[in-house]
Amino acid sequence: MAKRIEASGVTAYYGAFKAIDSVSMTIEPKSVTALIGPSGCGKSTFLRSINRMHEVLPGARVEGRLTVDHQDIYERDVDVTAVRRMIGMVFQRPNPFPTMSIFDNVVAGLRLNGVRGKAALEEAAEKALRGANLWNEVKDRLKKPGGGLSGGQQQRLCIARTIAVEPQIVLMDEPCSALDPISTLAIEDLISQLKDKYTIVIVTHNMQQAARVSDRTAFFSIEKTGDPGRLVEYDDTQKIFTNPAERKTEDYITGRFG
Amino acid sequence: MMVSLTARRLPRFAPLAIGAGAVAVAAGLSFGLGLGGPVMTGILAALLFVAALFGTAWRVEGSRAARNRVASALIYGAFVLAVIPLVSVMFTVVDKGWARLDGTFFGTSMNNISAFDAHGGAYHAIIGTLEQVGIAVLITVPLGILGAVYIVEYGRGKLASWIRFFVDVMTGIPSIVAGLFILAFWVMVVSPMFSADGAPTLSGFAASLALSVLMLPTVVRSTEEMLRLVPNELREGSYALGIPKWKTITKIVLPTAGPGIVTGVMLAIARAAGETAPVMLVAGVNSAIAFNPFESQSSLSYYVFDQATDSSKYAEPRAWAGALTLVAIVLTLTVVAKLLARRSKLSR
Repeated sequence: MAKRIEASGVTAYYGAFKAIDSVSMTIEPKSVTALIGPSGCGKSTFLRSINRMHEVLPGARVEGRLTVDHQDIYERDVDVTAVRRMIGMVFQRPNPFPTMSIFDNVVAGLRLNGVRGKAALEEAAEKALRGANLWNEVKDRLKKPGGGLSGGQQQRLCIARTIAVEPQIVLMDEPCSALDPISTLAIEDLISQLKDKYTIVIVTHNMQQAARVSDRTAFFSIEKTGDPGRLVEYDDTQKIFTNPAERKTEDYITGRFG
Repeated sequence: MMVSLTARRLPRFAPLAIGAGAVAVAAGLSFGLGLGGPVMTGILAALLFVAALFGTAWRVEGSRAARNRVASALIYGAFVLAVIPLVSVMFTVVDKGWARLDGTFFGTSMNNISAFDAHGGAYHAIIGTLEQVGIAVLITVPLGILGAVYIVEYGRGKLASWIRFFVDVMTGIPSIVAGLFILAFWVMVVSPMFSADGAPTLSGFAASLALSVLMLPTVVRSTEEMLRLVPNELREGSYALGIPKWKTITKIVLPTAGPGIVTGVMLAIARAAGETAPVMLVAGVNSAIAFNPFESQSSLSYYVFDQATDSSKYAEPRAWAGALTLVAIVLTLTVVAKLLARRSKLSR
């Protein structure tokens, strides 16, 4: 049940500052799309626009059209909590809820959205933890707090928490940048498994990671500080990293700028 | 050049020995030469200790180590100075309050007890304090937490900053002013509407209102600080699961800030329980047992004040026992609240 994302003319602001200017791209279902580019180019802003997390910040707003399977998610009668249940998000720093146990963390999305019943929650928790490759490591200490896990385990716990609400799209905002190489590998393996069920969009600063995990890659860039970020090139990952059409993309991936 | 990583160190017992020496010399000077008594000994010993420690360390260990030793000594000294008043107060209250801590004290009131009577108790005052502070907590905790939630989670722009400003102003209100406000507003204007003969009523409830005025800003400000400490990432993590804002606040943000909020509430309670002026103004200073907070009541803090200023040889022990009871109540509440707050947080 993965879904297609179509963005056309998506422009995002922080107050008066235009962060991204008219981004248009189509993201196919059951694929991994990487967003790369230098700091401040708006790739995270675009990612946060996809599940309406951008507008959480005071003064932030989005213009343009963003549809998920032809439903415009910015229409007036759209329920923002329903959008976010359908489009999950994993953040840069693992953020398990500190007052909750591992189990409570995983089922937080379900429980706080009104799902009751111990059996149903237990089943969902096991499924999500297995889906996040964490079940074997935590099955004996589900009642322990989530903060006691290692960084990589915490991040997989956050992924489990995200997929427990059965979204169709999973957004990841630099999910490995706070992790060591072994944990990073575990997350990358997980991403390639999750691809079978979900549409995945991942922001990364690590170009090798983009090349390893993604099917398609979008390169964002800015002219200079203070300018809005723009989508420079969007193509198959293979093509972007071997034979990019744009000079700027080539400069960036070969390390000559950014 | 080879930098040596080892240096000469004073032996472990050196500070102790210098300390003992300083005390001995100071005692000799103050008592032997008649410079002063024990207090002089203490001050001299402290000065001698710091000087001798610095000198010895300088000679043996060098200047950096000497400065380090003096700084450490000063920090420990500051700690001791800060603890002395606390220990002294606790000791005095327990020592002097112990004598009258008997069944009569906890079982009877001051009704018909004159200056010539040895008995008499604080039962009425304990009831008054518990009820008045309890009602004030029931009023201020929901109001204060909701106010702080508004300021931190919902308030944007002018209104929120005005509320913050007035909360700050409220923090500085002297308790006698809060009492006068309740006297003028509640006792003189509102309470006659409820009484059968239209006369103003002094009551324990009026005291609760005055205490609420004093507690509210403390609860709001401490809760606000705690809510601001909750990382935004937790709110975002919750929103990203499709959890609505109000549930994010009630189920994620408030529990995370919980122990800190409890501490703030306890500080407010401790302050309110010790307030005497508003109770004296509006509670009606009843010396009989009164359970109904809408009638006139007493309170422990007023009881202590009343007994301490009474010219009777039986009154002073009663005042100390009242003070001890008040301290014990606040201490017990604090410990219980801390335990509850810790229990709600998971252990690692």
